[in-house]
Amino acid sequence: MSVKASILAVLTMGECHGYQLRQEIESRTGGSWNINVGQIYSTLDRLERDGLVEPAETNVGGQTRYRITKLGRIEAQSWLTSPIATGPDSRNELATKLALAVTIPGVDIGELVHQQRVQTMRTLQSLTTAKRNSNLDDPNEIPWLLIADLNIFNCEAELRWLEHIEGTLAKSAARELSPTQNLAAPAKRGRPIKKEK
Amino acid sequence: MSTEVLVELLNVQKTYGAGENEVRALHGANLKVRAGELVAIMGASGSGKSTLLTIAGGLETPTSGDVRIANESLPGMNQKALSRLRRQTIGYVFQDFNLIPSLTVVENVALPLELDGMRSSHARRAAIDSLISMGIEDLAKRFPDEISGGQRQRVAIARSFVGPRRVLLADEPTGALDSKTSESVIRAMRKRIDGGLAGILVTHDAKLAAWADRILVIRDGQIVEELNGELRPELFGAN
Repeated sequence: MSVKASILAVLTMGECHGYQLRQEIESRTGGSWNINVGQIYSTLDRLERDGLVEPAETNVGGQTRYRITKLGRIEAQSWLTSPIATGPDSRNELATKLALAVTIPGVDIGELVHQQRVQTMRTLQSLTTAKRNSNLDDPNEIPWLLIADLNIFNCEAELRWLEHIEGTLAKSAARELSPTQNLAAPAKRGRPIKKEK
Repeated sequence: MSTEVLVELLNVQKTYGAGENEVRALHGANLKVRAGELVAIMGASGSGKSTLLTIAGGLETPTSGDVRIANESLPGMNQKALSRLRRQTIGYVFQDFNLIPSLTVVENVALPLELDGMRSSHARRAAIDSLISMGIEDLAKRFPDEISGGQRQRVAIARSFVGPRRVLLADEPTGALDSKTSESVIRAMRKRIDGGLAGILVTHDAKLAAWADRILVIRDGQIVEELNGELRPELFGAN
């Protein structure tokens, strides 16, 4: 998640100091994102260097307020209106773990998939309980609901994927196919052998 | 949620066929559902989840074990008493609505009460009350083919609640509906259950099951996992 872009997006609404920026970003993302305030200051320094923000004034307490520049505003608009990249780089720990596990002998994949489903289901249930208790008519709950719904749909997608791969694994087990791979021979150490002339 | 247990399955076994062809659909299922509680049953196809629902609803008899609905034991009951219980105490909701196309919405909802011998005007009044509770009283005079899929399912739920029902059994109630409509249907169902009914929901849809107080995962005819919907604030980034 881009701290830089989020700071710019908030600054399009007016001047803010670092601590205020952190609060604004947190409350506007339904409390789902905790940013270290130090990260906010270091990002502000970089934004200032790149001419995207500029210091406005320093109050009695020594807090510097920042305002967005014309260039910064263009950057913020462009971020707010463009989709984020998805693809193989959005690495998924679970996928990596399962892919690795199917190649290792003696791992009960069925049990692993089942345990994961239970875990994800628990998360989904807990998110739904929170949603059930929320007030749909309160506009202040919209940012929170938006994030909750994203997490709910992600859990659902993960559960569907787990169900799907359970089928794939059952089919391959029925055909007695197993991707179990032995370790490849270790790479030789030391100097390469000189080729004879 | 009250402490009154409305549905109870005690060590329920169900086998189909015999000898080499014997299939054990359920073995040793135990379940209690209280008034105001919704329990979801999840599991792969063939795990026994629909069998569990049909046995709880008195549509099938267990091979052994006891099934009690509102303190009445089903296995020993005669057919007449069982039909009465199914008509009066249990409401069913299925994926394919089962509305009668030649009857209006209000007539569909009133039908179970009229079949039970209630006077037509009283049945109609009860049906209107049930439609009001689902927020769809304005559809009363429409025919099923004049309303949307989501509305039809809400009518089916209104019908399942009409009269003195205490137990609601649903098998994939939102299977044919889009995500947003599903949510409004489950919200409405949940509200009625919170009002003191006991509900069992069989579904593949994890998003739907998550609306239950407890989720039971069934595998090879046995309940292997029970998940309680405890709140976990850390999921929202709270510290």
